[in-house]
Amino acid sequence: MLLLIEQILNGLQLGLLLFLLAAGLTLVFGIMDLVNLAHGSLYMIGAYFAATFAALTGSFVFGALLALGATLLVGMAVEVIAMRRLYGRDHLDHVLATFGLILFFNELVRLVWGPAGMNLAIPGWLNTSVQLLPGLQYPAYRLAIIVVALAVALFLYLVVMRTRIGMLIRAGATNREMVSALGVNIKLLYTLVFGLGAALAGLAGLMQAPILTVQIGMGENILILAFVVIIIGGIGSIRGALIAAILVGLIDTIGRSFLPDLLRLFLSSRGASAIAPAISSMLIYILMALVLVVRPRGLFPVSGR
Amino acid sequence: MSFTVRNFAVAGLVAMLALLPLYVFAGGNPFLLTLFTRILILAIAATSLNLIMGYGGMVSFGHAAFIGTGGYAVGILAQEGIASGFVQWPVAIAVSALIALVIGALSLRTRGVYFIMITLGLAQVLYYFASGLDRYGGDDGLTIYKRSEFFRGLNLSSKTTFYYVCFVVLLLVIALVWRLVNSRFGLVIQGSRSNDRRMQALGFPTVRYRLVCFVIAGAICGLAGALLANHTEFISPAMMHWTRSGDLIVMVVLGGLGALFGPLIGAVALLVFEESLPILIKQIGTPLIGSAAAQASEYWQIVLGPLLLLIVLFARGGIDGLLKGVRRG
Repeated sequence: MLLLIEQILNGLQLGLLLFLLAAGLTLVFGIMDLVNLAHGSLYMIGAYFAATFAALTGSFVFGALLALGATLLVGMAVEVIAMRRLYGRDHLDHVLATFGLILFFNELVRLVWGPAGMNLAIPGWLNTSVQLLPGLQYPAYRLAIIVVALAVALFLYLVVMRTRIGMLIRAGATNREMVSALGVNIKLLYTLVFGLGAALAGLAGLMQAPILTVQIGMGENILILAFVVIIIGGIGSIRGALIAAILVGLIDTIGRSFLPDLLRLFLSSRGASAIAPAISSMLIYILMALVLVVRPRGLFPVSGR
Repeated sequence: MSFTVRNFAVAGLVAMLALLPLYVFAGGNPFLLTLFTRILILAIAATSLNLIMGYGGMVSFGHAAFIGTGGYAVGILAQEGIASGFVQWPVAIAVSALIALVIGALSLRTRGVYFIMITLGLAQVLYYFASGLDRYGGDDGLTIYKRSEFFRGLNLSSKTTFYYVCFVVLLLVIALVWRLVNSRFGLVIQGSRSNDRRMQALGFPTVRYRLVCFVIAGAICGLAGALLANHTEFISPAMMHWTRSGDLIVMVVLGGLGALFGPLIGAVALLVFEESLPILIKQIGTPLIGSAAAQASEYWQIVLGPLLLLIVLFARGGIDGLLKGVRRG
């Protein structure tokens, strides 16, 4: 039972990280109609920036804040230099161009930081564990990820639903011609949205960095997961992204931890431990296929598209 | 066939490919034969992707799954002691077609980006399935100790013979695609790409047509996978990693989407570029920046990425489109 609670928390943490990535993707997709495969590169860049700045300043929090700002700037630069020219193009063009950006960023990181990868240490004051329930110790850092990500989700909700800029973002997603006809500087809005998405991806990357190693290509596998999330949630829907992200996080984590035992009931113990990881990796893709077969536009399709 | 620059270029390319083994035999670099065998095989896969993507408008981001399926069919049969190519290759094609049927039936319910992503997702399922095949190497892959066996006189272990087998298969595949797209079937597929609703109103069950097209492409790609497994004598889940699917899309678009010889041009261009760029950087850079050029040549992908971006932005018809733009007279 305690193990189950712990795994649910782990799943929640993965889900919320996925949400940070997926929120940027789904915003960019919903508003600019742009498929951005290079979103995972921004996740990677965020992690590298954080590791570098944390080493420079000697403080995790300062390093993280600087990294967030830097990733925001990189994102906005990418939008101005490359993405801006892709709006209104075919989705195939987006896939190809941003695939090229992945290659570029991977090599750039290799050039700047070297092929070895980096480590980002958990700050000392978070490197403890918290007693949640009698007998249930949970790492404080993972708890902090959950708290930060929830706060960001709430912040995002408030920005998108309660502020003027959020109103423009939503209006842009519904009918961009009308918004620009009404005199809104749509170019600037797009750059801002892309930068915001980049910063969210960078935040996910830098928070994940102390748990995994910071390495080239770290953004690619999680990018695919984030795409699964926005497909399940319905492209363009932030609410859908949040629900789908938590769903995917929970299924993936719980599948990984309990499937081997479950399979052992039917199979030999050796066979079960061999195929369980493969099956649990497949689970979410199967979930996506099922969702799309039943609802071809995701769980929460955005109306008017 | 009109005498355009494009047609001359394509004819020249095919003639060059046909004569390449002679050049190697006459003292050329033998590595060229290995490289171009790989290029021919990938061109077969890219041609099959072009059938659904260029003519059918179905952007599949999971096409490498069929390369993997074909490869694993050969690898698994070889591991179990069935080395005959007369069994291995048909099985590779049939299993790939079957999997394409399942993937196609599921993903053709969706359109646009959802289609791109569901094909990617289902290909990932196969990728993880292959990683879980513990008996056949799991993540590490499986070495194939014996290439497919046919009759006496067709020995695939000979590099030249294998090259010509791939070359003939490629030409047959291109001929098949040419016949297909100019048939009634192909016209329905292309009509459905331009305006699906109108084709349906004309009474064509377009989803069924598209599904058949998807299955044919999957089967051809499975054959390419069988060839690739024979070429590398090794199979692993990495064959169907999603970036491999991305590479195939790059080849098709680089060569020219919806152009018959586009995928071949794209495969040659991309792989030759990949192989020669590091050397090029080294040769051109050494007089200028000295030994730093050798270091810089390791980072050639930093050039490839932006180049892709530029092609998307400024050369939408790919290389084929560029050649077509230059007409004689």
